[in-house]
This record gives sequence, structure tokens and C-alpha cells, in this order.
Amino acid sequence: MDLRLPIGIIFTIYGFILIGYGFFTKGSEIYAKSLGINVNITWGIVLLVFGLVMYYFAKRAKKS
Amino acid sequence: MLNSFFVPIIASISGSGGGTMGSGLKFDLNPVDWLILAIYLVFVIGIGFALKRQSKTAADFLLSGRSIPGWITGLAFISANLGAQELIGMAASGAEYGIMTSHFYWVGAIPAMVFLGIFMMPMYYGSKAKSVPEYLKMRYDERTRVFNSVSFAFMTVFSSGISMHALADLLTTLVGWNYYGWLVVTSVIVLAYVLKGGLSSAIYNEVLQFFMIVFGIAPLAYLALKNVGGWDGLVTKLQASPLGDGSIHSWAQTASGANPMGVPWYGILFGLGFVLSFGYWTTNFAEVQRALAANSMGAARRTPIVGAIPKMLFPAIVILPGMIAYALTMDGPGSGYAIPVKLDAHGVAMLDSAGKAIMNYNQVLPSMILNYFPNGLLGLALTALMASFMSGMAANVTAFNTVWTYDLYSQMSGGKKTDKELLSMGKVATIAGIILAMGCALIAAKYNNIMAILQLVFGFVNAPLFATFLLGMFTKRSNNAGAFWGLLIGTGTAVLFHGLSWVTGNAPGVKGAWISQIFEYPKDLSQSFMVAIVAFSVTFIVNAGLSMTSGRNKTDEELAGLVYSLTPKQLSGHEAWIMRPAVLGTLVMIAVIVLNIIFW
Repeated sequence: MDLRLPIGIIFTIYGFILIGYGFFTKGSEIYAKSLGINVNITWGIVLLVFGLVMYYFAKRAKKS
Repeated sequence: MLNSFFVPIIASISGSGGGTMGSGLKFDLNPVDWLILAIYLVFVIGIGFALKRQSKTAADFLLSGRSIPGWITGLAFISANLGAQELIGMAASGAEYGIMTSHFYWVGAIPAMVFLGIFMMPMYYGSKAKSVPEYLKMRYDERTRVFNSVSFAFMTVFSSGISMHALADLLTTLVGWNYYGWLVVTSVIVLAYVLKGGLSSAIYNEVLQFFMIVFGIAPLAYLALKNVGGWDGLVTKLQASPLGDGSIHSWAQTASGANPMGVPWYGILFGLGFVLSFGYWTTNFAEVQRALAANSMGAARRTPIVGAIPKMLFPAIVILPGMIAYALTMDGPGSGYAIPVKLDAHGVAMLDSAGKAIMNYNQVLPSMILNYFPNGLLGLALTALMASFMSGMAANVTAFNTVWTYDLYSQMSGGKKTDKELLSMGKVATIAGIILAMGCALIAAKYNNIMAILQLVFGFVNAPLFATFLLGMFTKRSNNAGAFWGLLIGTGTAVLFHGLSWVTGNAPGVKGAWISQIFEYPKDLSQSFMVAIVAFSVTFIVNAGLSMTSGRNKTDEELAGLVYSLTPKQLSGHEAWIMRPAVLGTLVMIAVIVLNIIFW
């Protein structure tokens, strides 16, 4: 098993969940805690990028 | 796990011995948070099932058949140590001691990990020993192996129990529900994936857990730093706080013990760095086992060195939030955050001798998370705490079942067991280990004092073991009698010395001086460093002394591959230059020296 595959998938899912939830709660008062920053969107993007990179490398390794 | 010297004793996070209490420290979880946690649980168990083919023989189940790539064992190596206690304890120490806490990483862990990879791994991996006790049997004899296996098995089970208790207690406080419920649920999940996929499953999951922990906790440092006014804002606030200048310098205040840790520079270098950290990182089987599962000598040697790279940066995500928590608390109520105070049984704040409320440092990390994380991110952070617990737990369990099966069971039966019998014993030991650990968790919940003593003892047992390894791996002269009596007398002396030493202001008892108050130290840490130094020195002297006065037990041929000078030099010319352990290790050491200078 190439471990990059499940890690890629789980963080891609987390990325989508956080970004989606972030949009859903845009402007909500829950972001008073995080200094007015919608951290769900920002951090969701980071997780999504990480997840996709892991996924890409796992797939590339499989082809060759 | 075993590094209790790393972490203030947290037999109880809630501060009330195993029960919940209304400290206001409650995560308000919504369905999105639960979904994040649920997905994680599906993946860890899924990885266990995906690897079930890797557990057909005892060698696969217990040793992973030496088949795992180096980057995976490297990340698993640090993840195995990254229990929830480490996260919570390091944030707590960041608040209590400031930047000096970084010594646990930049003086302690990193140099030891590099040393293990470059100098010790050729003998560990090259000897084909399945475990640390088995190496001791090869280098010395059966009794040293038995001594080490029994003490290791006992310690592993007890420290697992202590961390299970800490987690169940933490979850009950943060999330609610039921202490026993959490105890059972978390253990059953770990049991499921270890039983299904064996050591490979534990190691692969440790890597997933590593990323979970980093991604779940990292935003805290960013948000908290922004809130406190950046690094400059933090420094200004800390300088104005009671800790003062000592909290922002790692070395500048260590000419004497008059600093937040209460330890002078030589105590840090020798006690924490050389004895305790080298002892822990180089002889603890739960760590070394990860490297032994690597697929080549090169990968095994790189394992701790690769792990050292992220480990070096961990202070930024665990210690920094702790320091900020302290700065904000001291800045007054206007800062919007204060470290929770310890409450007594009636919910009234406990006061110290100066009449000030005692801060509950163990709640620094959870309360900071609660202060800054909105739902969504909160679920991620809770999952990270859960992941950190599971990684430590699984590491303990997989080390325990191997030592039990190969070093105790197989040995007691004269080494005549078939692979099939060993495999089923390995599985039985996995289940039994977890059940015993749960029992220990319940003891921890009931008798805080017993656990506190045990944790202190576990904190220094690696010191005598390290002296034994140092002599065994790097001299041909060290002999069987020296090893056995050195370990026994060294460990005994440590216990005795603990009973004679005490910390100013502590009553005699659990924390020392239970025999007599003879040696006095300013802080808990200076006491534990000193106990470790004594244990190391006594073991070293007894081992060297006996080995000099009586002859060698093994010839050069018998010691080939077990002693450094009789082990063929590792050729790494075929590997890319950056991948060579010596090159990589040197780069890591340079980086860590630079970090020490920056935060001097």
C-alpha cells in the first residue's frame, strides 16, 4: 500500500469540508474567536492543497 | 509515553482525580466537528484492514518483515513519542518555563536521534535483533535480557495505562459523556487496527496521526501569535511578566540555577541532554522498533534523522502557544485569555503560599484551542488530540507484544515454538496488553500517588540502560557481570537517591525524600536531572569496574556486528549524497545549533 494515497484522500476530504463549512458560515459570529478571520476557509485550502499533492504523488508513483 | 521527565505529572487533567468538573473548559461540538472525527476513525481502522495481509506470520505481525520505507518509519519514530501527554505537557512547560522548554528538543531529542542513526543503528539493525532486549542477549547474556524485558514490559503497560487515563479524563472534561465509555472506545479502536494489521498498521497509522497532529494544532500558533502582537509583542509582554527575561532566552540565564527551569547549563547539557534524552531516544524499544522495521540499513539509519527534521520545528507549534498563554494571562483581563486556575473539590480556586491562585498549566493547550478555534477547526483539533493519544498507545502495544512474545514467551519455552504459535501469542499479548493497560488506567484514576511515583521511576530507568549500551556498543571489554550488576545497582541507586532528595517547598513523599531529606534542589526538573545523572554514573562505574577486574566473556568473532569497532563500516556511496546518514545528520546538527544561537 502506498501510504500517500489514504493520506491524500483524507486531507482532500477535510479540505472540502472545512472550505464548504467556511462558506456556509461566512460572516458568522463564530469567527470572533479567530480574530475575525474565517480560518475554516484559509486552513481548508491548506489541507486541500496538501491532500491533492499527496494524492498526485501516489498516483504518479503507481503509473511508473 | 515513558518520558515522564518531559512532562509534569498529569495523572489528572481536570484536577479532580478522574471525574468531570464544571471548569468551563468544554468544547461545544457541532455535527461538522463530529464528522471530522468520524472520518478519521474510519481511516485508521481502514488502514488496519488494508494491511491485514501483512499479519500472516509472526515476523510480519510483530516486526513488519523489515519492509517499510525510511520516510514512513522516520515520521512514525517521532509520532510514537507524540502522545497527548507530550502535546499538553509541552504547552504547559512553555507557559511555565518559557523558551527554555526548547531544550527538550534542541539539546535533548535531536542530538540523541542523530547519534542513534549514525552510530548505534549499524549494530541494532545489523545484528538482526528483533528487540532491544534481544540485542542485550546477543551482546551480553540471558539475565540482562530478562531484566530489561521484564522492566520494559511492566513500564510499557503502566505508562499506557497512565496515558489512557489522561485521555479519557481529558475527553470527559472537554466533550462530556462518560469516563469509562471513552476508556473503552479509544482502546477498542487501537486494538482493532493493531490486531488487524500488526506493526505495519501501527506504523502507517502513526504517519497519518503525525499529519493529523500537525494540521490540527498548527493554526493555534498562528492565531495566538497574531493576537499577542507578533513575536515582538510576545517578547515585550513576557519581559514585563514575573518570569521576565529568563522566559525569552534559552541559555543566557543559565550560568546558575536562577532561571525559570531552576537548572544551570551543565545540568541541561549533561542531565537532560546526555543522560535522559540519549537514554530515552536510544534505548527505548517503542522508538527503536520503528527503525528496525525499515526496509534497508540505510533506511533504518535515516529513520531517527528524518524524524529529527520535523521534530526540530515542533517547539513552534506546541511551546509557542504555551508561552503566549502565559504572556496573555500576565497581561491582565483585557487580553481576553487567562490560564485556568486549579480548583479544589468545592470549585474554589486554590491559592499558593503567597495567596495567588495556582495556575493549572495542563489546561493551557485545551483552553487555548477553545479560545481561538471556531467549530470546524475545533473538530480538527479534537481529532489531533485523539490521534496523538492513539499513536503513543499503539507504539506501546506493538513494543509490548514483541518483547513479550520473543523475549519472554519464546525464551521460556526454550525457543521451540512454531511461527504459528508465536503469531497467536502475539495476538493474545496485544489483547492482554490493552486490557492490563486499562486496569492500570483505573488504578491511576483511584490512586494518583502510586502513579506519580511510578512515573518518576520510569523517568530515569533509561539512564542506567543508556550507560550499559554505551559500554556494550562502543567497548569490547564490557562483560556480562558488569552489564547485569551495573543495571541492577544503577537502577537501585536511582530509586534510593530519589528517596533522599527533595525539592524546596515539597513535603516528603511522592516527589522524593521518602527516606530522608538530604539533598535539596530548587525545582522538580533539577531533581530529576540529578537522579538520572547519579543513576547513569553508578551504572557506568559498576559496569566498567567489573569488566576491568574480570575477563571478557565473548571473543572478537562473537562480538562482530555487535560492537562498533568490530562492525564493518557502512558504505553509503550508492546513495544520493543528501540521503547518506552522516551527511543528513550533520545538516540536522548544524540547523539545531543555529536554532540554539537564535534563541540564546
